[in-house]
Amino acid sequence: MDGRAKNPLEDWLMGLGRIALLTREAFTSLFTFKLAWKDFMYQLYFIGVKSQAVVLITGAFTGMVLTTQTYFQFHKVKMDTASLAVTGVSMCDELGAVLAGLMVAGRVGAAIAAEIGTMRVTEQIDALRTLATHPVDYLVVPRLLAMLVAMPILTVECIALGIGAGYFVGVYLLNIDPIFLWYNMVKYTKDVDMVIGTSKAVVFGGIVAIVGCYKGMNCGEGAEGVGRATTEAVVYSSITILISNFFLTLLLSWLLGIL
Amino acid sequence: MIEVRNLKKTLGANLVLDGVTFQIATGESVAIIGRSGCGKSVLLKHIIGLMQPDSGAVLIDGEDISRMTERQLLRVRRKFGMVFQGAALFDSLTVEDNVAFALRREKKLTEAEIDKKVAAALDVVELPGTEKKKPAELSGGMRKRVGLARAIIYEPQIILYDEPTTGLDPVVSDSIDQLMMRVRDQLHVTTVVVTHDMRTARRVGQRIMMLHEKRIYASGTPEEIFSSPDPVVHRFVNGIADPVDTSFLT
Repeated sequence: MDGRAKNPLEDWLMGLGRIALLTREAFTSLFTFKLAWKDFMYQLYFIGVKSQAVVLITGAFTGMVLTTQTYFQFHKVKMDTASLAVTGVSMCDELGAVLAGLMVAGRVGAAIAAEIGTMRVTEQIDALRTLATHPVDYLVVPRLLAMLVAMPILTVECIALGIGAGYFVGVYLLNIDPIFLWYNMVKYTKDVDMVIGTSKAVVFGGIVAIVGCYKGMNCGEGAEGVGRATTEAVVYSSITILISNFFLTLLLSWLLGIL
Repeated sequence: MIEVRNLKKTLGANLVLDGVTFQIATGESVAIIGRSGCGKSVLLKHIIGLMQPDSGAVLIDGEDISRMTERQLLRVRRKFGMVFQGAALFDSLTVEDNVAFALRREKKLTEAEIDKKVAAALDVVELPGTEKKKPAELSGGMRKRVGLARAIIYEPQIILYDEPTTGLDPVVSDSIDQLMMRVRDQLHVTTVVVTHDMRTARRVGQRIMMLHEKRIYASGTPEEIFSSPDPVVHRFVNGIADPVDTSFLT
């Protein structure tokens, strides 16, 4: 047998098992074998630097719209100066990491799946193996590590720009008192919120890298197979980010003593 | 030595190999022939451990590789070089980086030594001066030569060729044949060529094995195979198709 499952449930469970094995192999390799620094630096550039624009634009406009909508509601009860506090807490706890994760899943997850998928269908992955190179060492580990490093940085940038843009809109468009607006944001946005946001970012980075690599390495034949792998990498990593975000919120809140 | 014992492999619902057994001695040059889709490439991938059999064993120098993990196989694969049907060059890397790939991963040589070896390997395949080109800039024949340079640079003991002349014009095919013979004779490597090009099989193979109906159907010297009275072998090596029923056309 070629390992293909007989029904969709079995296929799904086998897929989960294979992702778990790939994750274990990648982390074992990360801590056991020498990292190819050149490949890692290239991936860091591709993931971290090249994703700046899309993540920053998303963060800025989300911060602006969140502050505006909050102001519309808070203004009714004379709580205008608390608007940016809501933006700060939301961006740090949830939106920064989730939005950066979704944007990176769309840009980088798709690129990883397409690149590795093309390598698979053109036998380049088999060629790697014949050259005594483990595909996980060469293809997965640099991308995974680059993602684990880049995602928290991108998330912090997303959060900072979101709050900055929200402040700008609050002060210059909605005419909220700048001193109290900033004071309330600092008062209600705690260090622990940043810890939650960046911790989630690390997990989301790992999800995007592993799902993208897995889909690429297991894609079907031909252009159709690569296309499907690319689409599935984006869809599955996005859904996994959204679902895991809920459980991460509960887990991190419990671990950090908020619950 | 390569030894394959009672190898069986199913892909999806199709039984591709059913009890394939043979031995290839060290330094021997063997051509495996057979019709398209008969499982030649699948057999080759089992020899280097890219595929695992459902049952049976593949022994390389007495070591059974058929149940090894991917990491265990890396050590065994240092004995092998493989030239793929589509060359399988890394398209994001230059010719130089492709050829030097294995040496750079091993980190045993300095950059200057690697550069020297790359230049020598490209000389052997008659492609000097192409170091900085990308695979996309090369023709099909040139890509296969680069694939061969990549396979021989670390001086493997066994070289596997998967359809080395498929899709090439007769002149380029001839030059690839000559390269394979030169590598075989100069490096004294064990050579396994999977092909359905009879000229390549006759010239490169000291022994020819024919894969038919999921097994090794015939084995012998090129002279024995090409003069075989067996109708299946005779029809194949002379390129005679089964009669086609065309009555529906009238």
